[in-house]
Amino acid sequence: MSPTPILEVRGLKKHFAARSGLFEEKATVKAVDGVSFSVMPQESFAVVGESGCGKTTLGKLVLALERPTEGSILFEGRDVGAMSRAELKAMRSRLQVIFQDPYSSLDPRMTVAQIIAEPWDIHGLHKNPAERAKRLHKLLDDCGIAKSFLDRHPHEFSGGQRQRVGIARALALEPKLIVADEPVSALDVSIQAQVLNLLKDLQKEHQLAYLFISHDFSVVRHLCTRIAVMYLGRVVETADSETLFNDPQHPYTEALLSAVPVPDPAVEKRRKRILLSGDVPSPLKPPPGCRFHPRCRYAVDSCRVSDPALDEARPGHAAACAVLPFKDRRSDAALVAL
Amino acid sequence: MEPPVLSVRGLRAHFVTRERTVKAVDGISYDLAPGRTLAIVGESGSGKSVHALSILGLLPTPPAKIVAGEILFQGRDLLKMPPSELRAVRGNRVAMIFQEPMTSLNPVLRVGEQIAEAVVLHQKKSQAEARAKAIELLRKVGIPHPDKRVDDYPHQFSGGMRQRAMIAIALSCEPDVLIADEPTTALDVTIQAQILELMKTLQKEFKTAIILITHNIGVVAEMADDVVVMYAGRAVETAPVGELFRNPRHPYTRGLLASVPSIYERKERLEAIGGQPPDLGAGDIPGCPFAARCPVAEARCKTDDPPQFSLPGGRMTACWKAEAEGAERTHRFAPVKGAAS
Ligand SMILES: Nc1ncnc2c1ncn2[C@@H]1O[C@H](COP(=O)(O)OP(=O)(O)OP(=O)(O)O)[C@@H](O)[C@H]1O
Ligand SMILES: Nc1ncnc2c1ncn2[C@@H]1O[C@H](COP(=O)(O)OP(=O)(O)OP(=O)(O)O)[C@@H](O)[C@H]1O
Ligand SMILES: [Mg+2]
Ligand SMILES: [Mg+2]
Repeated sequence: MSPTPILEVRGLKKHFAARSGLFEEKATVKAVDGVSFSVMPQESFAVVGESGCGKTTLGKLVLALERPTEGSILFEGRDVGAMSRAELKAMRSRLQVIFQDPYSSLDPRMTVAQIIAEPWDIHGLHKNPAERAKRLHKLLDDCGIAKSFLDRHPHEFSGGQRQRVGIARALALEPKLIVADEPVSALDVSIQAQVLNLLKDLQKEHQLAYLFISHDFSVVRHLCTRIAVMYLGRVVETADSETLFNDPQHPYTEALLSAVPVPDPAVEKRRKRILLSGDVPSPLKPPPGCRFHPRCRYAVDSCRVSDPALDEARPGHAAACAVLPFKDRRSDAALVAL
Repeated sequence: MEPPVLSVRGLRAHFVTRERTVKAVDGISYDLAPGRTLAIVGESGSGKSVHALSILGLLPTPPAKIVAGEILFQGRDLLKMPPSELRAVRGNRVAMIFQEPMTSLNPVLRVGEQIAEAVVLHQKKSQAEARAKAIELLRKVGIPHPDKRVDDYPHQFSGGMRQRAMIAIALSCEPDVLIADEPTTALDVTIQAQILELMKTLQKEFKTAIILITHNIGVVAEMADDVVVMYAGRAVETAPVGELFRNPRHPYTRGLLASVPSIYERKERLEAIGGQPPDLGAGDIPGCPFAARCPVAEARCKTDDPPQFSLPGGRMTACWKAEAEGAERTHRFAPVKGAAS
């Protein structure tokens, strides 16, 4: 028997009421529209996709900050929707979050010591001052924060330092799963590397699982072992990281990977790029049939009418496309002509 | 190679208030030839945008002050030009696109009107001609149904379309130099790829010289011919793009390149640069501004400010390590000959 996933998401949907157009017609934003996946303990699972595809909404659903319109979330095998208040609180200590914006996510009136220790107050833990100080110092050490920071306020720190404080706070309750929503997007590359290395070290040391939300494939490749690619509220492909990068099966994944600039001029000169035409369509009016068909270079007539399911055609590798997966490609589709 | 269309020489731009002086730009020099792309990279706050605004004369003065340097456009110093001539150059021969297209487009004017306005201003065309030109420009930057979309307001455009409209405005006068400050940072990668491709196509057509400001090393690899690396307000390394990646000479450049994750390889650990960049308003730092974070710093790096050393192949590095190899010294504020040309 395989072990229980730490997180399982089944047929999850979140629809928002919205108004659109000149006449303010009622409309529905299908921010998350039928998403299923599971995350195993100590695994780093990435959700990748372009702006507005529903990543943050998905994260909020997992954190129980939003109620799903449909579908269910299982945390350590138990249905979050059926949990009592006390059970939810207990779950929240095992499930933490790191936000994108290290500037607005920390309370400016609190000191670093107060920020990191606040979860202990909320959960009534580690009241003994000596024990608390010991734990605080361990967290500072783990996260590379100088002791002299403890009595200072967030505005005195740089973005990277603040993000470390946010991470230390998330670790205070010794969680098993951390939802990290674009945790390094606001940081300079040299600082981004510090924080990514830290997240990797902490994962080993604290046996963490990550649900890592990002639009940046290079960051994801560095940190994550499995990836789900989202497009307009749906997962269009999932695979382990190496497979996804070397052998993408969905036309969107293929185009997305080819669009990421590579920090090597020699590679860039030889590279063939698949240019997608048009913008990401509005989630207010997703195209009929396959949602990706208006931008897809492989689309055939049937793609305009039938919506492909996420099909696990190979063990551990699923793609929602009726045309491309595991068939011969057009020869010019190669990601890099090396 | 053709003579440069733009040469910046020892430029220094400071913000002077009663409490403090921020040396935002403190020594940058380069030459830019027609049809070439020069990328400027560096950490947040290293002076990239302030340098660009200096060229366009868009810095608020005071508090900003151009303390020293020359900005030669086709051989003439923009900093010494009479205001009437300057206006003809800026926004016309030298145009700029910004990171956030929503804030640089006027929300209450139709997109077409804004393009036509630029055309009328710089090319003395009639309203009808200007509208026709606006439609043609929108078509050129890849807006579908330009004859209809010309009457849309900016909020009816997506982020990528707005950036295209900004490019259309910038190109309306066929500028000799286009300064693009993080033109794709706010955009998705698939849209970024479209915009970069568009810039390359238009550059070929108009022979525009491009200054591309970005922190995305992948974009640099794709677009640039030459690169200036800035740190703490200064140019610390200048080199042709291939050379820079193959053999970075300044320790900051090496750190920067090593810290970038790539989709092509999975590194067990990224090589992060420890520490933080200095606060440019905290007064003069003795020695090299990178010394505190530099893995190869020696005693004198902490006390003596390194000059710029010219290296073969039109390269420059501002690192004492180059001296041992007999590289020729130049002062950071002095006009540098041959940088990146
Ligand atoms: N509370 C809400 N009410 C109405 N629409 C919403 C709400 N929250 C999100 N949306 C919409 O749902 C869609 C998905 O948004 P979400 O923030 O999840 O995207 P994302 O993938 O995180 O994007 P980004 O990369 O830009 O952060 C968007 O179209 C957004 O406008
Ligand atoms: N109006 C101003 N008054 C005072 N200081 C300023 C002003 N504008 C910019 N600065 C300072 O000048 C320095 C250089 O800023 P600049 O905007 O050029 O950085 P940048 O390299 O473009 O950074 P980023 O990558 O974040 O855009 C920074 O230290 C900044 O705080
Ligand atoms: Mg988001
Ligand atoms: Mg800037």
